[in-house]
Amino acid sequence: MDLGFTDADWGAIWLTLKLATVTTGLLLLIGTPIAWRLARTRAWWKGPVAAVVALPLVLPPTVLGFYLLVALGPNGPVGSLTQSLGLGVLPFTFWGLVVASVFYSMPFVVQPLQNAFEAIGDRPLEVAATLRAGLWDTFFTVILPLARPGFLTAAILGFAHTVGEFGVVLMIGGNIPDETRVVSVQIYDHVEAMDYAAAHGLALGMVVFSFLVLWALYHFNPTRPRK
Amino acid sequence: MKSTPLFLAVMAMTAAVTVRAAEVSVAVAANFTAPMKAIAAGFEKDTGHKATLAFGATGKFYAQIRNGAPFQMLLSADDETPARLEREGLTVAGSRFTYAVGSLVLWSSKPGYVDARGEVLKQGDYKKLALANPRLAPYGRAAMEVLAGLGLTETATPRFVLGENIAQTYQFVSTGNAELGFVALSQVMKEGRVASGSAWIVPGKLHAPIRQDAVILAAGKDNAAASALMAYLKGDKARAIMGTYGYE
Repeated sequence: MDLGFTDADWGAIWLTLKLATVTTGLLLLIGTPIAWRLARTRAWWKGPVAAVVALPLVLPPTVLGFYLLVALGPNGPVGSLTQSLGLGVLPFTFWGLVVASVFYSMPFVVQPLQNAFEAIGDRPLEVAATLRAGLWDTFFTVILPLARPGFLTAAILGFAHTVGEFGVVLMIGGNIPDETRVVSVQIYDHVEAMDYAAAHGLALGMVVFSFLVLWALYHFNPTRPRK
Repeated sequence: MKSTPLFLAVMAMTAAVTVRAAEVSVAVAANFTAPMKAIAAGFEKDTGHKATLAFGATGKFYAQIRNGAPFQMLLSADDETPARLEREGLTVAGSRFTYAVGSLVLWSSKPGYVDARGEVLKQGDYKKLALANPRLAPYGRAAMEVLAGLGLTETATPRFVLGENIAQTYQFVSTGNAELGFVALSQVMKEGRVASGSAWIVPGKLHAPIRQDAVILAAGKDNAAASALMAYLKGDKARAIMGTYGYE
Protein backbone atom coordinates (compact mmCIF):
# COMPACT_ATOMS: atom_id res chain seq x y z
CA MET A 1 0.00 0.00 0.00
CA ASP A 2 1.49 3.31 -1.02
CA LEU A 3 0.59 6.06 1.38
CA GLY A 4 3.07 8.47 -0.18
CA PHE A 5 5.41 8.20 2.78
CA THR A 6 9.13 8.66 2.27
CA ASP A 7 11.80 6.62 4.02
CA ALA A 8 12.23 9.50 6.44
CA ASP A 9 8.49 9.36 7.22
CA TRP A 10 8.63 5.62 7.88
CA GLY A 11 11.69 6.16 10.05
CA ALA A 12 9.77 8.71 12.09
CA ILE A 13 6.77 6.38 12.40
CA TRP A 14 8.90 3.45 13.56
CA LEU A 15 10.79 5.65 16.00
CA THR A 16 7.55 7.03 17.45
CA LEU A 17 6.12 3.56 18.01
CA LYS A 18 9.38 2.44 19.63
CA LEU A 19 9.44 5.48 21.92
CA ALA A 20 5.80 4.98 22.94
CA THR A 21 6.31 1.26 23.59
CA VAL A 22 9.43 1.70 25.73
CA THR A 23 7.87 4.63 27.60
CA THR A 24 4.64 2.75 28.30
CA GLY A 25 6.54 -0.29 29.57
CA LEU A 26 8.65 1.81 31.90
CA LEU A 27 5.65 3.80 33.07
CA LEU A 28 3.72 0.66 34.01
CA LEU A 29 6.74 -0.49 36.05
CA ILE A 30 7.30 2.87 37.74
CA GLY A 31 3.69 4.03 37.87
CA THR A 32 2.21 0.93 39.49
CA PRO A 33 4.00 1.23 42.87
CA ILE A 34 3.44 5.01 42.89
CA ALA A 35 -0.27 4.60 42.13
CA TRP A 36 -0.55 1.83 44.70
CA ARG A 37 1.02 3.92 47.46
CA LEU A 38 -1.12 6.89 46.54
CA ALA A 39 -4.25 4.75 46.58
CA ARG A 40 -3.55 3.11 49.94
CA THR A 41 -2.18 5.94 52.03
CA ARG A 42 -3.67 8.76 54.03
CA ALA A 43 -0.24 10.20 54.88
CA TRP A 44 0.49 13.90 54.62
CA TRP A 45 2.63 13.43 51.51
CA LYS A 46 -0.21 12.03 49.43
CA GLY A 47 -1.33 15.49 48.29
CA PRO A 48 2.09 16.84 47.28
CA VAL A 49 3.12 13.63 45.50
CA ALA A 50 -0.18 13.43 43.61
CA ALA A 51 0.27 17.08 42.62
CA VAL A 52 3.81 16.49 41.31
CA VAL A 53 2.61 13.50 39.28
CA ALA A 54 -0.20 15.61 37.79
CA LEU A 55 1.99 18.64 36.99
CA PRO A 56 2.56 17.74 33.31
CA LEU A 57 -1.21 17.93 32.79
CA VAL A 58 -1.18 21.66 33.39
CA LEU A 59 2.39 22.77 32.62
CA PRO A 60 3.12 23.84 29.05
CA PRO A 61 5.60 21.47 27.34
CA THR A 62 7.94 24.44 26.96
CA VAL A 63 8.42 24.54 30.75
CA LEU A 64 9.14 20.83 31.01
CA GLY A 65 11.33 20.90 27.88
CA PHE A 66 13.29 23.91 29.06
CA TYR A 67 14.00 22.47 32.50
CA LEU A 68 14.89 19.07 31.05
CA LEU A 69 17.29 20.73 28.62
CA VAL A 70 18.98 22.61 31.45
CA ALA A 71 18.90 19.79 34.03
CA LEU A 72 20.01 17.02 31.67
CA GLY A 73 22.63 19.21 29.98
CA PRO A 74 26.35 18.99 30.81
CA ASN A 75 26.10 21.82 33.36
CA GLY A 76 22.89 20.57 34.99
CA PRO A 77 22.59 18.30 38.04
CA VAL A 78 21.33 15.25 36.14
CA GLY A 79 23.76 15.85 33.30
CA SER A 80 26.70 15.96 35.72
CA LEU A 81 25.56 12.67 37.19
CA THR A 82 25.08 10.89 33.85
CA GLN A 83 28.47 12.16 32.71
CA SER A 84 30.25 10.93 35.84
CA LEU A 85 28.61 7.54 35.24
CA GLY A 86 30.09 7.55 31.77
CA LEU A 87 26.69 7.76 30.08
CA GLY A 88 27.25 11.15 28.43
CA VAL A 89 24.37 13.59 28.35
CA LEU A 90 20.79 12.70 27.51
CA PRO A 91 19.46 15.52 25.31
CA PHE A 92 19.47 14.69 21.59
CA THR A 93 19.31 10.95 22.31
CA PHE A 94 16.54 8.38 22.18
CA TRP A 95 16.92 7.68 25.89
CA GLY A 96 16.68 11.40 26.61
CA LEU A 97 13.28 11.35 24.91
CA VAL A 98 12.33 8.29 26.96
CA VAL A 99 13.17 10.12 30.20
CA ALA A 100 11.20 13.17 29.06
CA SER A 101 8.23 11.06 27.95
CA VAL A 102 8.14 9.18 31.26
CA PHE A 103 7.68 12.49 33.07
CA TYR A 104 5.33 13.85 30.46
CA SER A 105 2.98 10.85 30.30
CA MET A 106 3.20 9.90 33.98
CA PRO A 107 -0.23 11.26 35.03
CA PHE A 108 -1.93 9.41 32.18
CA VAL A 109 -0.70 6.12 33.63
CA VAL A 110 -0.73 6.79 37.38
CA GLN A 111 -4.20 8.30 37.61
CA PRO A 112 -6.18 5.44 36.00
CA LEU A 113 -4.17 2.94 38.06
CA GLN A 114 -4.77 4.88 41.26
CA ASN A 115 -8.51 5.01 40.56
CA ALA A 116 -8.56 1.27 39.86
CA PHE A 117 -6.64 0.48 43.05
CA GLU A 118 -8.89 2.71 45.14
CA ALA A 119 -11.96 0.96 43.71
CA ILE A 120 -10.69 -2.41 44.94
CA GLY A 121 -11.09 -1.34 48.54
CA ASP A 122 -9.79 -3.09 51.67
CA ARG A 123 -12.00 -6.18 51.64
CA PRO A 124 -10.35 -8.33 48.91
CA LEU A 125 -6.93 -7.60 50.40
CA GLU A 126 -8.07 -8.61 53.88
CA VAL A 127 -9.48 -11.83 52.51
CA ALA A 128 -6.21 -12.50 50.68
CA ALA A 129 -4.29 -11.84 53.89
CA THR A 130 -6.44 -14.27 55.93
CA LEU A 131 -5.69 -16.88 53.25
CA ARG A 132 -1.98 -16.16 53.86
CA ALA A 133 -1.31 -14.87 50.37
CA GLY A 134 2.06 -13.10 50.08
CA LEU A 135 2.61 -9.71 48.51
CA TRP A 136 3.34 -10.95 44.97
CA ASP A 137 0.68 -13.63 45.19
CA THR A 138 -1.88 -11.00 46.19
CA PHE A 139 -0.72 -8.72 43.42
CA PHE A 140 -1.00 -11.28 40.63
CA THR A 141 -4.10 -13.16 41.78
CA VAL A 142 -6.18 -10.39 43.37
CA ILE A 143 -5.05 -6.88 42.45
CA LEU A 144 -4.10 -7.40 38.82
CA PRO A 145 -7.36 -9.13 37.77
CA LEU A 146 -9.50 -6.63 39.68
CA ALA A 147 -7.59 -3.62 38.32
CA ARG A 148 -7.31 -4.96 34.77
CA PRO A 149 -9.43 -2.22 33.18
CA GLY A 150 -7.29 0.33 34.97
CA PHE A 151 -4.09 -1.19 33.57
CA LEU A 152 -5.58 -1.29 30.10
CA THR A 153 -6.64 2.36 30.29
CA ALA A 154 -3.26 3.37 31.70
CA ALA A 155 -1.33 1.54 28.97
CA ILE A 156 -3.48 2.90 26.13
CA LEU A 157 -3.44 6.48 27.41
CA GLY A 158 0.28 6.39 28.19
CA PHE A 159 1.05 5.06 24.72
CA ALA A 160 -1.26 7.44 22.88
CA HIS A 161 -0.10 10.47 24.83
CA THR A 162 3.54 9.67 24.08
CA VAL A 163 2.75 9.30 20.37
CA GLY A 164 1.10 12.72 20.53
CA GLU A 165 4.03 14.38 22.26
CA PHE A 166 5.54 17.36 20.49
CA GLY A 167 6.73 20.36 22.45
CA VAL A 168 9.08 18.55 24.79
CA VAL A 169 10.60 16.51 21.97
CA LEU A 170 11.12 19.63 19.91
CA MET A 171 12.96 21.27 22.77
CA ILE A 172 15.33 18.46 23.75
CA GLY A 173 15.36 16.27 20.64
CA GLY A 174 17.43 18.16 18.12
CA ASN A 175 15.57 16.62 15.17
CA ILE A 176 17.97 13.73 14.51
CA PRO A 177 16.71 11.14 11.97
CA ASP A 178 15.96 7.72 13.53
CA GLU A 179 17.01 9.01 16.94
CA THR A 180 14.74 11.89 17.96
CA ARG A 181 12.75 12.87 14.86
CA VAL A 182 9.31 11.55 15.79
CA VAL A 183 6.17 11.84 13.66
CA SER A 184 4.90 15.05 15.26
CA VAL A 185 8.25 16.77 14.56
CA GLN A 186 8.32 15.40 11.02
CA ILE A 187 4.84 16.84 10.40
CA TYR A 188 5.97 20.17 11.79
CA ASP A 189 8.98 20.16 9.45
CA HIS A 190 6.79 19.39 6.43
CA VAL A 191 4.47 22.27 7.34
CA GLU A 192 7.33 24.70 7.96
CA ALA A 193 8.97 23.71 4.69
CA MET A 194 5.61 24.41 3.00
CA ASP A 195 5.33 20.79 1.84
CA TYR A 196 1.67 20.58 2.76
CA ALA A 197 0.99 17.38 0.79
CA ALA A 198 3.53 15.41 2.82
CA ALA A 199 2.22 16.99 6.03
CA HIS A 200 -1.34 15.94 5.18
CA GLY A 201 -0.37 12.28 4.74
CA LEU A 202 1.22 11.99 8.17
CA ALA A 203 -1.24 14.29 9.92
CA LEU A 204 -4.21 12.33 8.65
CA GLY A 205 -2.47 9.15 9.82
CA MET A 206 -2.18 10.66 13.29
CA VAL A 207 -5.87 11.58 13.39
CA VAL A 208 -6.92 8.09 12.31
CA PHE A 209 -4.53 6.43 14.78
CA SER A 210 -5.67 8.57 17.70
CA PHE A 211 -9.31 7.97 16.87
CA LEU A 212 -8.82 4.20 16.72
CA VAL A 213 -6.92 4.18 20.00
CA LEU A 214 -9.60 6.14 21.83
CA TRP A 215 -12.32 4.04 20.25
CA ALA A 216 -10.54 0.91 21.49
CA LEU A 217 -10.35 2.48 24.92
CA TYR A 218 -14.07 3.08 25.09
CA HIS A 219 -14.80 -0.32 23.56
CA PHE A 220 -12.82 -2.23 26.18
CA ASN A 221 -13.81 0.09 29.01
CA PRO A 222 -17.41 1.10 28.47
CA THR A 223 -18.50 3.61 31.07
CA ARG A 224 -21.66 2.11 32.46
CA PRO A 225 -24.14 4.22 34.34
CA ARG A 226 -23.70 3.57 38.05
CA LYS A 227 -26.55 2.04 39.99
CA MET B 1 -18.06 82.89 18.27
CA LYS B 2 -14.41 83.41 19.02
CA SER B 3 -14.09 79.90 20.29
CA THR B 4 -15.13 78.27 17.03
CA PRO B 5 -11.80 78.58 15.16
CA LEU B 6 -9.99 77.41 18.28
CA PHE B 7 -12.35 74.47 18.58
CA LEU B 8 -11.80 73.59 14.96
CA ALA B 9 -8.08 73.88 15.39
CA VAL B 10 -8.15 71.53 18.36
CA MET B 11 -10.31 69.10 16.39
CA ALA B 12 -7.94 69.26 13.45
CA MET B 13 -4.95 68.64 15.69
CA THR B 14 -6.57 65.69 17.42
CA ALA B 15 -7.50 64.23 14.07
CA ALA B 16 -3.97 64.76 12.80
CA VAL B 17 -2.55 63.02 15.87
CA THR B 18 -4.93 60.09 15.44
CA VAL B 19 -3.90 59.70 11.84
CA ARG B 20 -0.24 60.11 12.63
CA ALA B 21 0.06 57.73 15.60
CA ALA B 22 -0.72 54.54 13.75
CA GLU B 23 0.16 51.04 14.80
CA VAL B 24 1.82 48.31 12.76
CA SER B 25 2.08 44.63 13.60
CA VAL B 26 5.33 43.11 12.38
CA ALA B 27 6.40 39.49 12.01
CA VAL B 28 10.14 39.40 12.68
CA ALA B 29 12.62 36.61 11.91
CA ALA B 30 14.04 35.09 15.10
CA ASN B 31 17.64 36.08 14.29
CA PHE B 32 16.63 39.76 14.16
CA THR B 33 15.00 39.75 17.61
CA ALA B 34 17.56 41.75 19.57
CA PRO B 35 18.25 44.53 17.03
CA MET B 36 14.54 44.85 16.20
CA LYS B 37 13.63 45.49 19.83
CA ALA B 38 16.16 48.34 19.91
CA ILE B 39 15.06 49.67 16.53
CA ALA B 40 11.36 49.55 17.45
CA ALA B 41 12.03 51.49 20.65
CA GLY B 42 13.80 54.23 18.66
CA PHE B 43 11.09 54.16 16.00
CA GLU B 44 8.32 54.68 18.54
CA LYS B 45 10.20 57.49 20.24
CA ASP B 46 11.10 59.28 17.00
CA THR B 47 7.85 58.90 15.05
CA GLY B 48 5.12 58.39 17.67
CA HIS B 49 3.95 55.29 15.81
CA LYS B 50 3.74 51.97 17.55
CA ALA B 51 5.23 48.68 16.32
CA THR B 52 3.89 45.41 17.73
CA LEU B 53 6.48 42.68 17.21
CA ALA B 54 6.08 38.91 16.87
CA PHE B 55 9.25 36.81 16.66
CA GLY B 56 9.53 33.38 15.08
CA ALA B 57 10.49 31.15 12.19
CA THR B 58 9.98 32.65 8.75
CA GLY B 59 8.39 29.45 7.40
CA LYS B 60 5.77 29.54 10.13
CA PHE B 61 5.02 33.19 9.43
CA TYR B 62 4.60 32.34 5.76
CA ALA B 63 2.00 29.67 6.59
CA GLN B 64 0.21 32.03 8.93
CA ILE B 65 0.18 34.92 6.44
CA ARG B 66 -1.13 32.64 3.70
CA ASN B 67 -3.90 31.68 6.06
CA GLY B 68 -4.95 35.18 6.91
CA ALA B 69 -2.75 36.19 9.85
CA PRO B 70 -3.16 39.94 10.43
CA PHE B 71 0.55 40.83 10.14
CA GLN B 72 1.14 44.05 8.24
CA MET B 73 4.86 43.68 7.72
CA LEU B 74 7.33 40.82 7.46
CA LEU B 75 11.01 41.08 8.29
CA SER B 76 12.07 37.76 6.84
CA ALA B 77 15.17 35.68 7.53
CA ASP B 78 15.62 35.18 3.79
CA ASP B 79 14.83 36.82 0.47
CA GLU B 80 12.81 33.92 -0.95
CA THR B 81 9.79 34.10 1.33
CA PRO B 82 8.99 37.78 0.69
CA ALA B 83 9.46 37.21 -3.06
CA ARG B 84 7.13 34.25 -2.90
CA LEU B 85 4.49 36.23 -1.00
CA GLU B 86 4.86 38.97 -3.61
CA ARG B 87 4.25 36.52 -6.46
CA GLU B 88 1.16 35.31 -4.64
CA GLY B 89 -0.18 38.85 -4.44
CA LEU B 90 -0.08 39.00 -0.64
CA THR B 91 2.19 42.04 -0.40
CA VAL B 92 2.15 45.71 -1.31
CA ALA B 93 3.88 45.80 -4.69
CA GLY B 94 7.22 47.60 -4.76
CA SER B 95 7.71 47.61 -0.99
CA ARG B 96 10.22 44.76 -0.82
CA PHE B 97 13.86 45.56 -0.01
CA THR B 98 16.89 43.98 1.68
CA TYR B 99 17.05 45.40 5.19
CA ALA B 100 20.00 43.37 6.43
CA VAL B 101 22.65 40.88 5.33
CA GLY B 102 23.27 38.40 8.11
CA SER B 103 26.54 36.88 9.26
CA LEU B 104 27.09 33.33 10.39
CA VAL B 105 29.22 32.44 13.38
CA LEU B 106 30.54 29.16 14.75
CA TRP B 107 30.00 29.57 18.46
CA SER B 108 30.53 27.71 21.73
CA SER B 109 29.44 28.81 25.17
CA LYS B 110 32.83 27.57 26.45
CA PRO B 111 35.53 30.26 26.38
CA GLY B 112 38.58 29.26 24.38
CA TYR B 113 36.86 26.30 22.69
CA VAL B 114 36.48 27.81 19.23
CA ASP B 115 39.65 29.24 17.68
CA ALA B 116 39.74 32.31 15.47
CA ARG B 117 39.94 30.21 12.28
CA GLY B 118 37.41 27.49 12.98
CA GLU B 119 40.05 24.73 13.10
CA VAL B 120 38.01 23.08 15.85
CA LEU B 121 35.65 21.82 13.12
CA LYS B 122 38.47 20.01 11.32
CA GLN B 123 39.96 18.51 14.46
CA GLY B 124 36.50 17.09 14.98
CA ASP B 125 36.60 16.00 18.63
CA TYR B 126 33.24 17.60 19.37
CA LYS B 127 30.18 15.44 20.06
CA LYS B 128 27.33 17.61 18.80
CA LEU B 129 27.16 20.39 16.25
CA ALA B 130 23.97 22.47 16.36
CA LEU B 131 22.61 24.23 13.33
CA ALA B 132 19.24 25.52 12.22
CA ASN B 133 17.31 23.00 10.12
CA PRO B 134 18.65 23.68 6.59
CA ARG B 135 15.31 22.69 5.13
CA LEU B 136 13.65 25.56 6.99
CA ALA B 137 16.19 28.22 7.86
CA PRO B 138 18.60 30.28 5.72
CA TYR B 139 21.24 30.23 8.47
CA GLY B 140 21.07 26.44 8.38
CA ARG B 141 21.52 26.44 4.60
CA ALA B 142 24.51 28.77 4.93
CA ALA B 143 26.03 26.44 7.55
CA MET B 144 25.65 23.49 5.15
CA GLU B 145 27.43 25.48 2.42
CA VAL B 146 30.30 26.25 4.79
CA LEU B 147 30.68 22.59 5.76
CA ALA B 148 30.52 21.49 2.14
CA GLY B 149 33.12 24.10 1.17
CA LEU B 150 35.47 22.84 3.89
CA GLY B 151 34.85 19.23 2.85
CA LEU B 152 33.47 18.40 6.30
CA THR B 153 29.87 17.47 5.47
CA GLU B 154 30.43 13.76 5.91
CA THR B 155 32.22 13.90 9.26
CA ALA B 156 29.83 16.51 10.67
CA THR B 157 26.45 15.14 9.58
CA PRO B 158 26.22 12.28 12.14
CA ARG B 159 26.75 14.85 14.88
CA PHE B 160 24.09 17.33 13.76
CA VAL B 161 21.39 18.51 16.08
CA LEU B 162 18.87 20.67 14.29
CA GLY B 163 17.07 23.62 15.79
CA GLU B 164 13.65 24.48 14.45
CA ASN B 165 14.89 28.02 14.01
CA ILE B 166 18.02 29.94 14.85
CA ALA B 167 16.77 30.87 18.34
CA GLN B 168 16.40 27.23 19.29
CA THR B 169 19.81 26.44 17.82
CA TYR B 170 21.29 29.13 20.07
CA GLN B 171 19.49 27.52 23.04
CA PHE B 172 21.13 24.14 22.33
CA VAL B 173 24.59 25.72 22.34
CA SER B 174 24.12 28.17 25.20
CA THR B 175 22.95 25.39 27.56
CA GLY B 176 26.09 23.43 26.62
CA ASN B 177 24.11 20.50 25.25
CA ALA B 178 25.92 21.01 21.96
CA GLU B 179 29.56 22.09 22.31
CA LEU B 180 29.44 23.82 18.96
CA GLY B 181 26.85 25.48 16.80
CA PHE B 182 26.33 27.68 13.77
CA VAL B 183 24.22 30.61 14.93
CA ALA B 184 23.59 34.15 13.75
CA LEU B 185 26.28 36.64 14.69
CA SER B 186 23.51 38.94 15.92
CA GLN B 187 22.67 36.46 18.67
CA VAL B 188 26.11 36.44 20.28
CA MET B 189 27.18 39.99 19.54
CA LYS B 190 26.64 42.89 21.89
CA GLU B 191 27.97 46.38 21.29
CA GLY B 192 30.18 45.29 18.46
CA ARG B 193 31.86 42.25 20.02
CA VAL B 194 31.12 38.63 20.86
CA ALA B 195 29.75 38.85 24.38
CA SER B 196 30.41 35.37 25.79
CA GLY B 197 31.98 32.01 25.00
CA SER B 198 34.21 31.67 21.96
CA ALA B 199 33.49 32.20 18.29
CA TRP B 200 34.70 32.03 14.71
CA ILE B 201 32.99 34.62 12.55
CA VAL B 202 32.61 32.70 9.29
CA PRO B 203 34.01 34.68 6.34
CA GLY B 204 31.18 35.76 4.05
CA LYS B 205 32.88 34.17 1.01
CA LEU B 206 32.26 30.67 2.41
CA HIS B 207 28.51 30.87 1.85
CA ALA B 208 25.97 32.66 -0.29
CA PRO B 209 24.98 35.99 1.29
CA ILE B 210 22.15 35.70 3.81
CA ARG B 211 19.98 38.45 2.42
CA GLN B 212 17.07 39.28 4.66
CA ASP B 213 14.18 41.06 2.96
CA ALA B 214 11.38 43.13 4.40
CA VAL B 215 8.01 43.62 2.79
CA ILE B 216 4.71 45.34 3.56
CA LEU B 217 1.92 42.79 3.52
CA ALA B 218 -1.52 43.30 2.02
CA ALA B 219 -2.98 43.95 5.48
CA GLY B 220 -0.54 46.86 5.89
CA LYS B 221 -1.65 48.71 2.77
CA ASP B 222 -2.33 52.40 3.54
CA ASN B 223 -0.93 51.97 7.06
CA ALA B 224 1.16 55.05 7.77
CA ALA B 225 3.13 53.26 10.48
CA ALA B 226 4.13 50.47 8.09
CA SER B 227 5.61 52.79 5.48
CA ALA B 228 7.22 54.87 8.25
CA LEU B 229 8.88 51.76 9.69
CA MET B 230 10.15 50.74 6.24
CA ALA B 231 11.71 54.19 5.88
CA TYR B 232 13.09 54.02 9.41
CA LEU B 233 14.81 50.69 8.66
CA LYS B 234 16.67 52.41 5.81
CA GLY B 235 17.72 55.31 8.03
CA ASP B 236 21.05 55.90 9.76
CA LYS B 237 19.83 55.17 13.28
CA ALA B 238 18.52 51.72 12.39
CA ARG B 239 21.61 50.96 10.27
CA ALA B 240 23.84 51.86 13.22
CA ILE B 241 21.94 49.53 15.56
CA MET B 242 22.17 46.71 13.01
CA GLY B 243 25.92 47.33 12.74
CA THR B 244 26.48 46.75 16.44
CA TYR B 245 24.80 43.35 16.06
CA GLY B 246 27.04 42.36 13.17
CA TYR B 247 24.68 42.91 10.24
CA GLU B 248 26.00 44.49 7.09
